[in-house]
Amino acid sequence: MSERPYITCRELIDFIADWREGTLAPTERFEFERHLAVCPSCVAYLDSYETTVAALALLREREAPPAEVPPALLDAIRKARRG
Amino acid sequence: MPTTPLNPSPAVRCDDARLLERLRGGDDDAFDLLVRVHARALLATARRMLGVESDSQDAVQEAFLSAYRGLSAFDGRASVATWLHRIVVNTCLMRLRAARRKPEHSPLSLLPEYLEDGHQRTDTRPWRALPTQTLERVELCRLVRATIDELPMVHREVILLRDIEGLGTDEAAAMLGISAGALKVRLHRARQALRTLLEPHFVEVLS
Ligand SMILES: [Zn+2]
Repeated sequence: MSERPYITCRELIDFIADWREGTLAPTERFEFERHLAVCPSCVAYLDSYETTVAALALLREREAPPAEVPPALLDAIRKARRG
Repeated sequence: MPTTPLNPSPAVRCDDARLLERLRGGDDDAFDLLVRVHARALLATARRMLGVESDSQDAVQEAFLSAYRGLSAFDGRASVATWLHRIVVNTCLMRLRAARRKPEHSPLSLLPEYLEDGHQRTDTRPWRALPTQTLERVELCRLVRATIDELPMVHREVILLRDIEGLGTDEAAAMLGISAGALKVRLHRARQALRTLLEPHFVEVLS
């Protein structure tokens, strides 16, 4: 039985982006998940990171195009092109 | 929809090709059509990136002019909508960078703090879930928007490009003049910074 030390919280947090993308090497992924299993603080961190990303997705979805463009802007663009 | 379809239907592509041909021939009506069809989406992008209304309109005008001047450089591989979107994002990025800003948080101060052994200095407390009610969601979007505006520029621009405007890693990296690897690290740091600023609004109040 190996007595490998756990990765640190710092390493885990640095790995989050790659872990979410599934680009961690198998050993790193194993260590990532082994740390999570024993560290409630990192579980909470990962969860809050996911919530942050989900909040950004919600913002992106809700900020729809404006209903209309001011006619003055359209005119200004046409005029500007003619120089 | 903030982003434009990356794979437009064949009909749209065909219209794009005809429109480009007319534009390159100096057709006034074609430019009018381009502006009428795409101004709404461009203005939406400019408002998301700049917030200030007059700035947004100026940016849209500037973007259409850049597009017109850059017609010969456009290879038609992306749709006209995507091409114009990238131009207005870049225009807004330059404006954001040029704008004078109030003193900002230092990027490092928004990252987690660790003890010497690499453990978190203070335990992260659980967050409550995102709201499901419409009104609370509207409020949340306002909060996230205001918080993005507080981020240091280096974080703000990568969040705007990747998470708000939906650019891919390579496109965003090229626009910021960094490698794809550096872009990924920067996005991770930026999301961490946003997480730090949102935290007080999300931790469960312990009674
Ligand atoms: Zn941990």
